[in-house]
Amino acid sequence: MMSMSEPAAATSAAAASSLARPRAAGIRLEQVGKRFRGGVDAVRELDLAIEPGEFIVLVGPSGCGKSTVLRMIAGLEEVTSGRIFLGSDDITSELPQRRDVAMVFQSYALYPRMTVRKNMAFGLRMRGTPRAERDRRVAAVARTLGLEPLLERRPAALSGGQRQRVAMGRAIVREPRVFLMDEPLSNLDAKLRVTVRAQLTQLHHRLGVTTVYVTHDQIEAMTLGQRVAVLRDGRLQQFATPQALFREPVNLFVAAFIGSPSMNFVSATIAGGQVRFAGHAIALPPDSPLVTADREVILGVRPTAFGPAGVAGWAELAVKPVVIEELGDERYVFFDLEAPRVDTEATRAAFDARGSDDALLLPDEARARFTVRLPADLPLALGQALTVSLDPRRLYFFDPRTGSTLA
Amino acid sequence: MTAVPPARGHGRIRSPWANYVTTARYLALFALACFFLMPVYALLITALKSPSEVSVVRMWQWPHALSLDNFAIVWPKLREGFTNSVLMALPASVLSSLLGAANGFVLSKWRFPGADFAFALILFGMFIPYQAVLIPMFQVMSYSGLRGGLYGLILVHVIYGLPITTLIFRSYFAGISEELIEAAKVDGAGMLRTFVFVALPIAPPAFAVAMIWQFTSAWNDFLFGVLLTNKDRWPITVALNNIAGSQAVPFNEAMASALLACLPTLLVYVLLGRFFMRGLMAGALKG
Repeated sequence: MMSMSEPAAATSAAAASSLARPRAAGIRLEQVGKRFRGGVDAVRELDLAIEPGEFIVLVGPSGCGKSTVLRMIAGLEEVTSGRIFLGSDDITSELPQRRDVAMVFQSYALYPRMTVRKNMAFGLRMRGTPRAERDRRVAAVARTLGLEPLLERRPAALSGGQRQRVAMGRAIVREPRVFLMDEPLSNLDAKLRVTVRAQLTQLHHRLGVTTVYVTHDQIEAMTLGQRVAVLRDGRLQQFATPQALFREPVNLFVAAFIGSPSMNFVSATIAGGQVRFAGHAIALPPDSPLVTADREVILGVRPTAFGPAGVAGWAELAVKPVVIEELGDERYVFFDLEAPRVDTEATRAAFDARGSDDALLLPDEARARFTVRLPADLPLALGQALTVSLDPRRLYFFDPRTGSTLA
Repeated sequence: MTAVPPARGHGRIRSPWANYVTTARYLALFALACFFLMPVYALLITALKSPSEVSVVRMWQWPHALSLDNFAIVWPKLREGFTNSVLMALPASVLSSLLGAANGFVLSKWRFPGADFAFALILFGMFIPYQAVLIPMFQVMSYSGLRGGLYGLILVHVIYGLPITTLIFRSYFAGISEELIEAAKVDGAGMLRTFVFVALPIAPPAFAVAMIWQFTSAWNDFLFGVLLTNKDRWPITVALNNIAGSQAVPFNEAMASALLACLPTLLVYVLLGRFFMRGLMAGALKG
């Protein structure tokens, strides 16, 4: 009655009795597309090669297709076009129960009528792992995660953080070839989230299992991922290390999405080796590829590219602070420019994704507003003229039409 | 206005008239309850009177002494029917609920193309009146040799119960998180094992509703019973009818029989009832 028709999965699970390290497999997505009934393209022509043992994060605004990608790797969503490989196996049309992957769900999805112990052992039981082996592995993982005193409890009797750990434990016990995590920290409070985030990195370092992690939070993506794939509207924007995403964003969207506080933008013109915006003019460094250009651009500057006046080789800007935020060691100073706010689809999508879309208290911000980071000991006051300097080598230029980075 | 000080209690500010309003409300409810319980009162006291004390004139009077003689008189006539009904209604409601659970699970959580159409077809069965299928059913059961015994009757009740049990379980499972089922899939469980290990253990409230419903309708059924079974397999409803339908009605016996006949359904309700509302609500709010 209950089919035991998973010999492959069963033997491979039984073989992996020791630590999971040697079993980690790479994942390769080739031209993967997903079209939902009704014609919505959730994912388009996605190519992604994930190394064995790598921790990668899929990040993007809601509806960008990141969860769909994860669910296609898990087998919970059919692939419309393209192929998915786990190691060297083509798993594109394999049933989810036959794929050797474990998933941590946003809601944790613990089986309500089973104790913590049974929850954790369920996957092994379904794969025909002998009882003694199950008990051994559950005990080992429970010790690692500090779940031992909770083993006989039901999920309803656990706190949010404990449930989260059980969900993690249930995945780890399986010793799968891949961990898939769908926003597993989003139900934790902010403080706990930071703690668990660090522990996740530690855990991954120890287990070395290939991990695909989905989040909409760019800070989570940057802190967790060895590489981060930024998605928007079902298309891969950039797949790179957090450093590379931050330093060399390929387009306006990635630039606006990654980094906190986010990059400042203003419309500008490049002519005669100078970039002009809102009454200011900054000389481009002589080695800049745009030094001979003559065109409209969107200028992007990170808040950290600013400093107090008087840095040698930096351009200077006379501004008037409208908001000052104290952070102790440093402060963020906000000022407005005499130029309209850059409002393209890309920046809007990025700001939506950061969750600040409808939180604007003063919605009539028609002018471009810059945020700069300055040392806390610099004397300044609201509304008083202030000169800040700006590193001309840390300017980003984007095509106003396509949004792609100009280099 | 100043004459009546505001009534105080439980830390809530209440109107000065609140106490009178509450009293009036309970009086009205009590009166209505009495009115509706009158037949039950008549049933109970008549059944508990000794046969010599029973008369239409003294129908509403409290008995001089409680007596179980009426039950002793009717029980021999009912015993066979009672046994038959138990043997029929229990398996019919259990099987119908189990099959309904399987249907409901597949139609809500392990969906296939055309699931909604299939569900509509199954539901359609609920709206077919008994009388419309009576003759073909009688013929089918005769041809297949199932007429006369209890098995045929059980089969009929199982099938006739499927639409409602499917509806109950489909609504119930629809309220369950999709991720739970997906977690089971990723953990390596196929359809059957997800149903058995994950869906069934969380379904007791739906089972309570389906069982109460099915047991009550199978137990109370008269038409199928009298039509599809031989005399020795008649359910209690037929036996009851034979007592109450005699020429001169000894109504003390009728009352005692009726009381006996409805005891099992009451028992099922008492045993499963605390799940009943919860199950109904779970079904009502989602799906």
